[in-house]
Amino acid sequence: MTTPEPAGLPAGYAPPAPGTNAPLASPAYRSTGGRAPSRPLVPLPPGLHELTGPLFGADRVRPGDADLTRGPSGEAVGQRIVVAGRVVDADGRPVPDTLIEIWQANASGRYRHDRDRWPGALDPNFTGAGRTVTDAEGCYRFLTVRPGAYPWGNHTNAWRPAHIHVSLFGRSFSQRLVTQMYFPDDPLFFQDPILGAIPDPAARRRLVSAYDHDLTEAEWALGFRWDIVLRGPLAVPFEQPGEDDHG
Amino acid sequence: MADLEQPGHAQPGHAQPDSAHHRPTVMTSGATFGVSPSQTVGPFLHLALGDPDEALVVPVGTVGGIWVRGTVTDGNGDPVPDAVVETWQTCTGDAAVPAGFVGFGRCPTDEDGRWAIHTVKPGPVPAAGRRRAAPHLAVSVFARGLLDRVVTRIYFADEAEANAADPVLAELVEPARRPTLVATATEDGYHLAMRLQGEDETVFFAL
Ligand SMILES: [Fe+2]
Repeated sequence: MTTPEPAGLPAGYAPPAPGTNAPLASPAYRSTGGRAPSRPLVPLPPGLHELTGPLFGADRVRPGDADLTRGPSGEAVGQRIVVAGRVVDADGRPVPDTLIEIWQANASGRYRHDRDRWPGALDPNFTGAGRTVTDAEGCYRFLTVRPGAYPWGNHTNAWRPAHIHVSLFGRSFSQRLVTQMYFPDDPLFFQDPILGAIPDPAARRRLVSAYDHDLTEAEWALGFRWDIVLRGPLAVPFEQPGEDDHG
Repeated sequence: MADLEQPGHAQPGHAQPDSAHHRPTVMTSGATFGVSPSQTVGPFLHLALGDPDEALVVPVGTVGGIWVRGTVTDGNGDPVPDAVVETWQTCTGDAAVPAGFVGFGRCPTDEDGRWAIHTVKPGPVPAAGRRRAAPHLAVSVFARGLLDRVVTRIYFADEAEANAADPVLAELVEPARRPTLVATATEDGYHLAMRLQGEDETVFFAL
């Protein structure tokens, strides 16, 4: 195979502002102790693989995948909710046609997973996994049930605030994001070391959805809005002819 | 600023959002939205990220197909049984591009921290500064206990010459740590041990 001459590549993606992401070593979240890398990360000038990514679209989604409430023998138990919002990059540009995968506990706070053994009731009609793709404006919508809080062993009387795990691909490897969406005014936030590990309070709030009466469907489901912001391109293009722009 | 930081809404740092439509506004210049923070995948990632078919970047039986296998261990050397490894590649090296090739592979670790993907070896990869990188896979590792993914690369031991000229492996990674990024040949492909922490800790990158 002959390899073409390497083309000039875009400069890459702007890193999140300091304080946006939790330090990998966050001792209050005990599992980081044996797992967070101890050596500094090595800055990586992005190559083609970091500037591209799998562009999963509608081919990855079957009808009904965005509705988690329908089980084999009926409706999932719990408060039915719509979770919807928009995926944009840091410049505010919509991120269209991108795969969103979610997973969550059921209304009792129990995951349908072998390793989840706490005595919350399982629901035969709730698997807790869903997926969808954003539309041309970057908008997405799920129908699910509100997850319950669940206990875990991190500290005495530790409970995770209710949350939905969310995975997004964006348009490139550099935009890949896995995070969690929370619900407004959860009284368990104060003792949660996972949300609490995010240093910047404004960044923390970006993971908390908002109750949105416009999304609420009469006699059907409560609505929560949650917009997601992925990294955006660095402002300065790699090749500005005749310019040395440090702006 | 407080009113610009309501939960649930993407908010630009320096401009009023289009609140009438509860939608972020496309910004022109100078204003940026704060990026959504990362959170751990937690221990139950298999519910959504554990589809065994996704380990097949190319179908088994594809000409030139290889198994890239690895392990993920923690700072005590114990296997990490609740991680998921993702690989990404744009190219297929000498192999013909198989139908349906998307270049993405994903495999959760098993009880012994093992994972494997079936793919074809990539060719040289365009790198920053109009240079060329040695064949490699871009890799993300997610796990319970990792508040953000960790990003690494998998190079191939039988590409010694290309590896020695690689702008990242040969120039940005200290020599003693380079082997943590280089998979060794096996009967049906390659193998790489990844260590999240401690002695021989894998080199992880900041993107
Ligand atoms: Fe969870």
